[in-house]
Amino acid sequence: MSLLEINNLGIAFGGLKAVDALNMKIEKGQLYGLIGPNGAGKTTVFNMLTGVYKPTEGRFFLDGENLTGHSPIQINGKGIARTFQNIRLFNDMSILDNVKLGLNNKQTYTVAEGIFRSPRYHREEKAMNEKAMELLEVFDLQEQCDWKAENLPYGKQRKLEIARALATDPKLLLLDEPAAGMNPNETEELMETIRFIRDKFNMTILLIEHDMRLVSGICEQLTVLNFGRELTHGKTAEVLSNPEVITAYLGE
Amino acid sequence: MSSFLSYFISGISLGMIYALIALGYTMVYGIAKMLNFAHGDIIMIGGFTVYTAMASGISPFFAVLLSIIVCTVLGVVIEKVAYKPLRGASSLAVLITAIGVSYLLENLALLMFGSDAKQFTSVVSMKPVTINENLVISGETIVTIIVTVIIMIALSFFVNRTKPGRAMQAVSEDKGAAQLMGINVNRTISMTFAIGSALAAVAAAFLCSAYPQISPYTGVMPGIKAFVAAVLGGIGSIPGAMIGGILLGVIEIFSKAYISTQLSDAIVFAVLIAILVIKPTGILGRKINEKV
Amino acid sequence: MKKLRTGSKAEAGLKNNLITLAIVVVFFAVAEILVSAGVLGSLFEGLLIPMCYYIIMAISLNLIVGILGELSLGHGGFMCVGAYVGAVFSVLMKSAIPNAGLRYALALILGGLAAGLIGVLIAIPILRLQGDYLAIVTLAFGEIIYKIIQNCYLVSDKNGLHFSFAKPIDASNLDLTSKKDILNGAMAMNGVPRSATVISSLILVVITLIVIFNVIDSRSGRAFKAIRDNRIAAESIGVHITKYKLTAFFISSFFAGIAGVIYAHSNALSANKFNYNMSILILVFVVLGGLGNIRGSIIATMILYALPEILRGFQAYRMLLYAIILIVMMILNNNEKCKAFFSGIWKKRSGKKKEDAR
Repeated sequence: MSLLEINNLGIAFGGLKAVDALNMKIEKGQLYGLIGPNGAGKTTVFNMLTGVYKPTEGRFFLDGENLTGHSPIQINGKGIARTFQNIRLFNDMSILDNVKLGLNNKQTYTVAEGIFRSPRYHREEKAMNEKAMELLEVFDLQEQCDWKAENLPYGKQRKLEIARALATDPKLLLLDEPAAGMNPNETEELMETIRFIRDKFNMTILLIEHDMRLVSGICEQLTVLNFGRELTHGKTAEVLSNPEVITAYLGE
Repeated sequence: MSSFLSYFISGISLGMIYALIALGYTMVYGIAKMLNFAHGDIIMIGGFTVYTAMASGISPFFAVLLSIIVCTVLGVVIEKVAYKPLRGASSLAVLITAIGVSYLLENLALLMFGSDAKQFTSVVSMKPVTINENLVISGETIVTIIVTVIIMIALSFFVNRTKPGRAMQAVSEDKGAAQLMGINVNRTISMTFAIGSALAAVAAAFLCSAYPQISPYTGVMPGIKAFVAAVLGGIGSIPGAMIGGILLGVIEIFSKAYISTQLSDAIVFAVLIAILVIKPTGILGRKINEKV
Repeated sequence: MKKLRTGSKAEAGLKNNLITLAIVVVFFAVAEILVSAGVLGSLFEGLLIPMCYYIIMAISLNLIVGILGELSLGHGGFMCVGAYVGAVFSVLMKSAIPNAGLRYALALILGGLAAGLIGVLIAIPILRLQGDYLAIVTLAFGEIIYKIIQNCYLVSDKNGLHFSFAKPIDASNLDLTSKKDILNGAMAMNGVPRSATVISSLILVVITLIVIFNVIDSRSGRAFKAIRDNRIAAESIGVHITKYKLTAFFISSFFAGIAGVIYAHSNALSANKFNYNMSILILVFVVLGGLGNIRGSIIATMILYALPEILRGFQAYRMLLYAIILIVMMILNNNEKCKAFFSGIWKKRSGKKKEDAR
């Protein structure tokens, strides 16, 4: 059984079909890429998979479970986490707190226990602090753990967003243009980090990306979206050398 | 039946007054993204100007004209001195500053006029019109409705068909883009405050004529209700402010007439809550969709 | 190394909170000493209890406006609920619970819980509303609450309690010799024992502070801030928006209710004192003290509440001056040029320290 199965998924806004009859199968542990020119509907697909939008047709399954139309909170509970095209950090909070928020649902102490500082509060806070620091170390952010998120340089902000998503302990990680705005060195580093995450956390990763070096460097399979519809899919090398794909990107 | 009609007409008239005030709130919100809490007190200043002018012997027409000038100037000055320095600050900061301006105007009036309510002479000299023995419409009501309708038509024309009016719309949509198109944003914002304040002056004249008392706190409740009306119609929408104002006036008068005078305000607010629960952005408000 | 870093951050936060607590306690202790020594007049002493309940109002409002990030213009309404529930309880239980202290404590708890409950009930329908719309609805609720209470009539006689809404109770049904007015519509409420003292009010301030600090510094507080900073991101990592918003409103309204009970047991009580004027007054304290800054709320409340008293010398002009000071302070605090000017001076004086901190 595939980890993620998408059947005929689509959404229409008024008369405009933003995504039309999408089919996709992602196996556990895969590094899958969703590519296509701007406006093709890639982020819309992410929004449907994470419950931000309700699809108007089709369904998708995570580990066999139908999650179509569920709320973002429910979907995250079932194991999908994401990052955003325009970074969405909790800017006024420290980067440690940003990651600790990803761990919020693993904590169980109640509001009252938080007020009266029960032993469970102390235990869980200590555990979460350690877990959060571990995650920050994966991304080499532990030195700046007290910094306000908005003060981080851009490249590190993107990493922080990934760290926070990982903190929710997902089965499937959706990365929306993680390399946007990065220079070649940072992109190399990001590629290593993504591979490392997949290996260390047994993660399945679906990413949207325009940077072809990253796509060809780490993605094993691709789906190409154009005008909301799938153009082609398959192994990375084949897809990238497909003349139709090249035309779609370069335009007529 | 006649009393129903009588209440309905009174409600429309009161609603028109609220609509005039609500227009000021909604236009300023649309263009400066701020809630001008001091707007209600500009009404009060307008009312006192008419009161003082007429007490000095000036005719009602010129008294109202003077009041329009005073309020317009006041509105523009307040914007330049208190709000412009905070452009770019959080909307909450501007709200608190507006509250400060509101306190300032109220206490100025307290100093000049004292706290007790003064008797206000109506600016309308038209006699009441008797339709039948149950239906008597006051002159104030008739003039209010006629003048307000004219103003609204003129305003709609101005906003949709003239260059400065469309500049106002442009700045409301996207300040940066409007500036790049060559629109003088500062002048447009000042003009918006000017128009809003002028409308408030007219509203004041009619309000104090229909409910002939004036005190430093006269503007507060109508200000809040007009704010409610603007939100009810969808904050930022000019037709919304008109609809919201009229609706509010009608509901208030009917509540006073058929349910209870003491609870009429509570009922008005309850209606607002009910409508917003059904349509969270007001009657004509646009849902601001955050891009994910 | 890593343990040290996180430990030091948590300790710094704790130290900050303790300093705030210390400021409050020391201030009131010093004030009481000066009053008993005769240095400060009884006029000032009369300010101390109000300062306490205004501080509690400001802190609890800051939880909603500064930490959760929602503009609430109806905080006075919750104070009203607490005040009246506490007052009616105290009056009804005068003979049943002769111990004034116990009775007052129970009144406080009941008033707080009632206000908290109303807070949750109000929060439920407004969860979907955005920014300014939410603000106007909270304003509307605040007005509705005090107007409803203003229309309540409650009378007790030897036959029990009689209640009426929107019109006075028909006196012909009452036993006039044993009749006692409890709630009399818009008229001020009589007979509420003056149980509030400076010490008990100060203790309540301290309790409020400790609870609010602990909430902010726990996963609820982090969740509130996340919802404030980026609701969509918060949802995407599973933060339960509804649950946390309701929690915040409950806690905030609960303490507003406590403030109301203190008010009721130290002042003449009439519902129209709790209208939008009260709500706006508290909001000014909160914004001037800094959103999310609890210590700032306390200091701003103390200064701004005492300011009209300090300006008493200016007589009629004092409220005018108050308004001007408010406007000037807002501009200084928020105008880009002013901020740059002041931080430039600050940098010159502590330039080296800032360098090291980085």
